[in-house]
Amino acid sequence: MATEQTETTVETQGQARGQLLSSAKTWLSWADKLGPFLALLLVYAFFAVLNSRMLTLTAMEIIVQQTVIVGISAIGMTLVIISAGIDLSAGSIIAFGSVVVALLMERLGLGPLPAALGGILAGLLWGVINGLIITRFKVVPFIVTLGTLLVVRGFAKGLANNIPINVHQSWLNNLLATLPPDRKWQLIPPGAWIMILLAIIVAGVLRYTKLGRHVYAIGSNEQTARLCGVAVERVKVIVYALAGAFSGFAGLMMMSYQEQGDPTSAQAMELDVIAAVVIGGGSLAGGIGSILGSLIGAIIMTVIRTGSQLNGWPTWVTQVATGAIIVVAVAVDRLRHRQAA
Amino acid sequence: MTADRESEARLQMVDISKRFGATVALDRVNFEVLPGEVHALVGENGAGKSTLMKILSGAYRSDTGVMFLERETYEPRNPLDARLKGVGMIYQELSLAPHLTVEENILLGMEPTRLGVMQWGEVRKRAVNAINRFQHSEIQPDTPVSDLSVSARQLVEIARSLAVGCQVLVLDEPTSSLSQTDIRQLFEIIQDLKEQGLSIIYISHFLEEVKEVADRLTVLRDGEVVGTREVEAVTPDEIIEMMVGREVDQLYPRSVRTPGDPVLEITHLAGKRRPRDASLVLRKGEVVGISGLIGAGRTELIRTIFGLDPVQSGEVKVGMYSGPASPRQRWNQGVGMLSENRKEEGLAVGLSVMDNVTLSGLEGLGPMGLVMPNKQRQVVARWIDRLDIRCREPGQTIQELSGGNQQKAALARLLHTGVEVLLLDEPTKGIDVASKAKIYQVIDELATGKGNQNGEPKAILMISSYLPELLGVCDRIAVMHRGELSEAKPVSELDEHAIMMAATGQGVL
Repeated sequence: MATEQTETTVETQGQARGQLLSSAKTWLSWADKLGPFLALLLVYAFFAVLNSRMLTLTAMEIIVQQTVIVGISAIGMTLVIISAGIDLSAGSIIAFGSVVVALLMERLGLGPLPAALGGILAGLLWGVINGLIITRFKVVPFIVTLGTLLVVRGFAKGLANNIPINVHQSWLNNLLATLPPDRKWQLIPPGAWIMILLAIIVAGVLRYTKLGRHVYAIGSNEQTARLCGVAVERVKVIVYALAGAFSGFAGLMMMSYQEQGDPTSAQAMELDVIAAVVIGGGSLAGGIGSILGSLIGAIIMTVIRTGSQLNGWPTWVTQVATGAIIVVAVAVDRLRHRQAA
Repeated sequence: MTADRESEARLQMVDISKRFGATVALDRVNFEVLPGEVHALVGENGAGKSTLMKILSGAYRSDTGVMFLERETYEPRNPLDARLKGVGMIYQELSLAPHLTVEENILLGMEPTRLGVMQWGEVRKRAVNAINRFQHSEIQPDTPVSDLSVSARQLVEIARSLAVGCQVLVLDEPTSSLSQTDIRQLFEIIQDLKEQGLSIIYISHFLEEVKEVADRLTVLRDGEVVGTREVEAVTPDEIIEMMVGREVDQLYPRSVRTPGDPVLEITHLAGKRRPRDASLVLRKGEVVGISGLIGAGRTELIRTIFGLDPVQSGEVKVGMYSGPASPRQRWNQGVGMLSENRKEEGLAVGLSVMDNVTLSGLEGLGPMGLVMPNKQRQVVARWIDRLDIRCREPGQTIQELSGGNQQKAALARLLHTGVEVLLLDEPTKGIDVASKAKIYQVIDELATGKGNQNGEPKAILMISSYLPELLGVCDRIAVMHRGELSEAKPVSELDEHAIMMAATGQGVL
């Protein structure tokens, strides 16, 4: 029913709710933050009961290692989704990034570090292009990035002549490699530590900087943000640029893991990335989402995949389970918010 | 009035009470409507009109009391059920599907089907029947609703209720977004429907309209019925007395103010369509009001000043800055704006009180430009205190607050950002009297400099549709008519009549 409630009703309801539910609210807000984490524990426990090998350090290392590519891209995607946008070109940018790194090393003979930076920069540029089209031409992000999904994939294939580019051994290839016995004390591969570091930085940016507050404000209500003097367009370009850069970074990890720059890799990976954010509590309507949640979302998906493999289940089971988790996570989230409201 | 079975009333609401928590929203309200009657329901915001209508439409259930429709017990489960039982609500915010046609909208949710197939012939027949109850050239059964004007859409909404045979129609502020011509036309249609025997409950703030269109009126105040009168037998002043029930003077504090230097000067400002020509000088330490009808271009004027709408011609000068600027630049120049549209634009309702208050002023909340939530909380707590914003804590989501408290938080944003010029668009729209009083008090304090950090008075430009408020709060008032702004005259030279004449183009201020 579309009508404004009278003041009396709103006020009194508010007060009544405030008194009755203030303790319940505090509890709910904790459940809000812990929700994805509880889901992770639940899924993990489920597979651990089925197969105790899930509890070994090796299994955990594999899970984290397998999460890094989606996880890094999901850091950027979280920003986009909080701002009420979407980036469908993430998977293609990952492939493009991996091809660029490989090309820079093999064709231009650059060292690993400049090549890696080049890959990230390439992703950043695609992100800037996404952001500029979205803000300048006022086209919805879904359409713009649906377009660049194809464009970027096409360029990746063109650049690589449609075949994977093999790279020679360098430290880059150790980023996601399983740790040798003498470095087991590091617990997880360097790439995973990099992911965690990036996540901490971006989570800090979201919480403690103007940019971060502005991203939430734009996603919550763009008109309000504009009224309040937020440079909406500029912030959006930055958000998509960062999303591109993080996907480029994920592309670097992809290259490192596969030891080649493959233009056909990371097909449809944007869906995994988006799913990670959504399982982690991000709302496609904007204004809600957290980096920690998204990473947990990404890990949940890997746990399901790894757990299924350990049990020798066919891949279709993994797909069904992952799909179900996405829907259940969002449905539970809705339910919780309805109760809270 | 008792539940008299012999009563000729079509609708009776008897002893209706409703509490929300500790507050009594309605206290043993009796209300009845006769067949072929237009019965106006008036009262201030928060008097209980909407609660009463929500009970009538089944959106709420009353704690006590009974309702009778055509002498039968009437217990609607929800608004759709109410409509099917014969009580149709037409709200200010229309609920039509813009992409569907007129007939599809009218029959929405009750499409005649045979074996699951739409009976389009039947749809047309029923829609045309409903539309033919009133004369309107614009409304054809196959026109998409998005092609219709606001007034025509309203009629489609009415037709929707007529199509299911509603005998009681509730019109909630039906004229608030209509032009004068459309209002005339609506009144004729109401007259028509009345002659066809329909009962119409008419809710409005505009007493002139009530005088014109209604047969009887019932005044609600603080959840109680003050009285029901024949419209012929009361004067507007008497109605206001019944509505307010208190001295109007106490509501509007006005300290002695001394206008200083000009801080905002606009010269022949024109936007895309509105405003067309607006000139005004706003000085430090004064409150200038802008009156005018809805659609006259008042909101567009301050949006253009603030950079939300483009400047077509003319000049805006803020202190030493001249020329157009973006909202961001305006904030930096010391200008802040309060939107009339609290939910859509004024506030990010999903965010917390503190995020909303600090959104335009995130500086100085931590070292190195960082925004530290604890510092933010601390700073906002001060504003919560100063403006008496009722919330659990600064981190509470703002949509959980009442409208009045939301509005005070929206105003707190301007204070927090420390602006010198405040552009307020309908600052007390749809809020309770206590919050209104607080806002009037704060406006007065800002204008005198009392309580401002540097003790300097600020300049306030304020739009309002409520004349007593403008006359009570402002030092000078200008009137907007069809995009043209009149000269701003001191309130001592003005009265409601003069302003209304200027607003309707029948005179100059």
